[in-house]
Amino acid sequence: MRVLAAMSGGVDSAVAAARAVDAGHDVVGVHMALNRAPGTLRTGSRGCCTIEDALDARRAADLLGIPFYVWDLSESFLEEVVEDFVAEYAAGRTPNPCVRCNERIKFAALLDKGIALGFDAVCTGHYARVLPGPHGAELHRAADAAKDQSYVLAVLDADQVAHAMFPLGDAPTKERVRAEAERRGLPVARKPDSHDICFIPDGDTRGFLAEKLGEEPGEVVDEDGAVLGTHTGTYGFTVGQRKGLGLTRPAADGRPRYVLSIEPVRRTVTVGPAERLAVGELRAVEAVWSAPEPVGPVEVHVQVRAHGEAVPAVAEVAGEEVLVALRAPLTGVAPGQTVAFYAGSRVLGSATISATTPA
Amino acid sequence: MTAYLDHASTTPLRPEALEAYAAAAALAGNPSSLHSSGRRARAAVEESREALAAAVGARPGEVVWTSGGTEADNLAVKGLYWARRDADPRRRRVLVGAAEHHAVLDCAAWLAEHEGADVRLLPVDAAGRADLDALRAELDAGAGEVALVSLMWANNEVGTVQPVAAAAELAHAAGVPLHTDAVQAVGHLPVDFAASGADALSLSAHKFGGPVGAGALLLRRGTPLVPLQHGGGQELGARSGTLDAPAARATAAALSAALADPAEPARTAALRDRLVAGLREAVPGLVLRGDPVLDAGHRLPGNAHVTVAGCEGDSLLYLLDAAGVECSTGSACQAGVPRPSHVLLAMGLDEAEAAGALRFSLGWSSTDADVDAALAAIGPAVERARRASGSARTSRARRRRPAGAVAEAS
Repeated sequence: MRVLAAMSGGVDSAVAAARAVDAGHDVVGVHMALNRAPGTLRTGSRGCCTIEDALDARRAADLLGIPFYVWDLSESFLEEVVEDFVAEYAAGRTPNPCVRCNERIKFAALLDKGIALGFDAVCTGHYARVLPGPHGAELHRAADAAKDQSYVLAVLDADQVAHAMFPLGDAPTKERVRAEAERRGLPVARKPDSHDICFIPDGDTRGFLAEKLGEEPGEVVDEDGAVLGTHTGTYGFTVGQRKGLGLTRPAADGRPRYVLSIEPVRRTVTVGPAERLAVGELRAVEAVWSAPEPVGPVEVHVQVRAHGEAVPAVAEVAGEEVLVALRAPLTGVAPGQTVAFYAGSRVLGSATISATTPA
Repeated sequence: MTAYLDHASTTPLRPEALEAYAAAAALAGNPSSLHSSGRRARAAVEESREALAAAVGARPGEVVWTSGGTEADNLAVKGLYWARRDADPRRRRVLVGAAEHHAVLDCAAWLAEHEGADVRLLPVDAAGRADLDALRAELDAGAGEVALVSLMWANNEVGTVQPVAAAAELAHAAGVPLHTDAVQAVGHLPVDFAASGADALSLSAHKFGGPVGAGALLLRRGTPLVPLQHGGGQELGARSGTLDAPAARATAAALSAALADPAEPARTAALRDRLVAGLREAVPGLVLRGDPVLDAGHRLPGNAHVTVAGCEGDSLLYLLDAAGVECSTGSACQAGVPRPSHVLLAMGLDEAEAAGALRFSLGWSSTDADVDAALAAIGPAVERARRASGSARTSRARRRRPAGAVAEAS
């Protein structure tokens, strides 16, 4: 196959590309330039789009003996990921930009361009598996449960999964991948992992949003509407947050309080006790199924965070919505988050949470 | 077998230059040392200086060896600015062509940011040729405030030859020195420093078959210049640093070889003309950029710069590379994001038109087979690249969520 290997400059994508070469594919490395002014992301903890990262990716491609190019996807990234991220926070929701990037950049803008240029698949360093099934390619969790990244890929449709290649899905551990990089002589073997949102390299999401959205002061209230404090913008909060609420009055019972909901129009943040965070049902929209779309209520497992646990649930497609009744309550579920649906290790699909009901 | 059509980035080392380099590099001796090994090395540098000067219409004393074109441009733009400003603090204006190489443009920008310079860009026309009326107007408006004019001999992207002699005449009438970046011209076009009237001229060895890392600034006698590099005071204090005898030998040998065959520019131009005609035939919507007149008075003999509507240059570059045809999207870019060419934008193209730019550049080792390979590859590459460009729109159509479609939080 002719394979386009997305190379970020990190160890995972370099080893993934190396494995694709070993498997006999005709591999070309591409580094996606996602920021128009890459110099600005060079400071602080590392992002995924600094000039240094592009040079690391190029050096890895040199060592693998594959052609390498830098493609400019900064315009798509700005529109589809960064602006979406800001707009979602502004609307009181909690987006996952890595999910958006996979959905709209790596497996859309990059994949579509690759296919048009004659490639058969896009290869990345994600920890997930594409396995052959009776009805075509299936997306599954990685062999290493601790490193599994299938959640951020659950947004791919069947066609995208069919054109995806994840050579690290079978890797037993991340440490083994680093050791493999070392063995292959890849200089990125010891490069630290990136944990931050790549376009906010200093990790200050609140500061980033404040710069984009400006101050929008409002009130922090309890469930009865009593004002407990003020804030400078609802975008600084996510459901389930405990710290940094800026409350001036302690709770009557002295127990900690958490963000329960966010209403950006009235600029109100509602807080309450931990037990009120428990969610029993949720509704989600914009469903994408890489497996056949379920008919009627089906038993599934759902996961609402990249590294959260999967809990049993009953999901049912109802028109434009997916209704999910959780068999065990989940906490810290925020509108805007992706809910991924699993059957065993297989990813069935995903949707975006639009509303939650307390347990 | 690859077809190398990127000679403007760097052209292969000529055998004569390699031989001269190897012979000189095998000998010990610092040209500044007074013993016989030093004298031998000094003789190599000075013989090379004389040969270089003779080849470009300069005097030996006007040659300042540098590490290449970028250093020569830095030395000229900053050095002339500082010297003029120091002599007369009112002279802070720097007039540079809008289509200059970054080695000139970024120097001017740096002077504006750090040294109080007032930089004015001289516009170019649709062919990339500098507007002399604009230069005249700037000089008329404030000749006493202008420190220098910098205008390239020939453009590195689109190949357009600039009216350097006329610009120098205007500058001199206003008492202003003129620098010209002749990196693309030397060895390819007739360059006579004395006749051009320029006060400073940058050249680079690897553009005419010499080694990378070698070049020179030609500096007219008596032109005040503040050095960039301080140290041993070599090159009459204009540039410090141990003189590189092997590089000087190789530079002189390469230039001598480049000019040895008077028919070479015409041979290169004939290949280029066939390439341009073939590209136009193979690709509807392909436009030749730069001066449409394909003679040495108007355009570099090896340059064929085109834009292809509905394509992205990086897709074309990949597809041609995969087909064994090596070219460029314009000026070489560091690992960062490729931006639309400032040269094409200055010529009035919009960003979409500039995105589909390809520069083919031919040189001394180019053959008919290279042109054949490019012509065979271009049609299918453009067809594919146009599909890929269309796919970006498809991607956007994938977007599922109309803004604000999600219900409010419960």
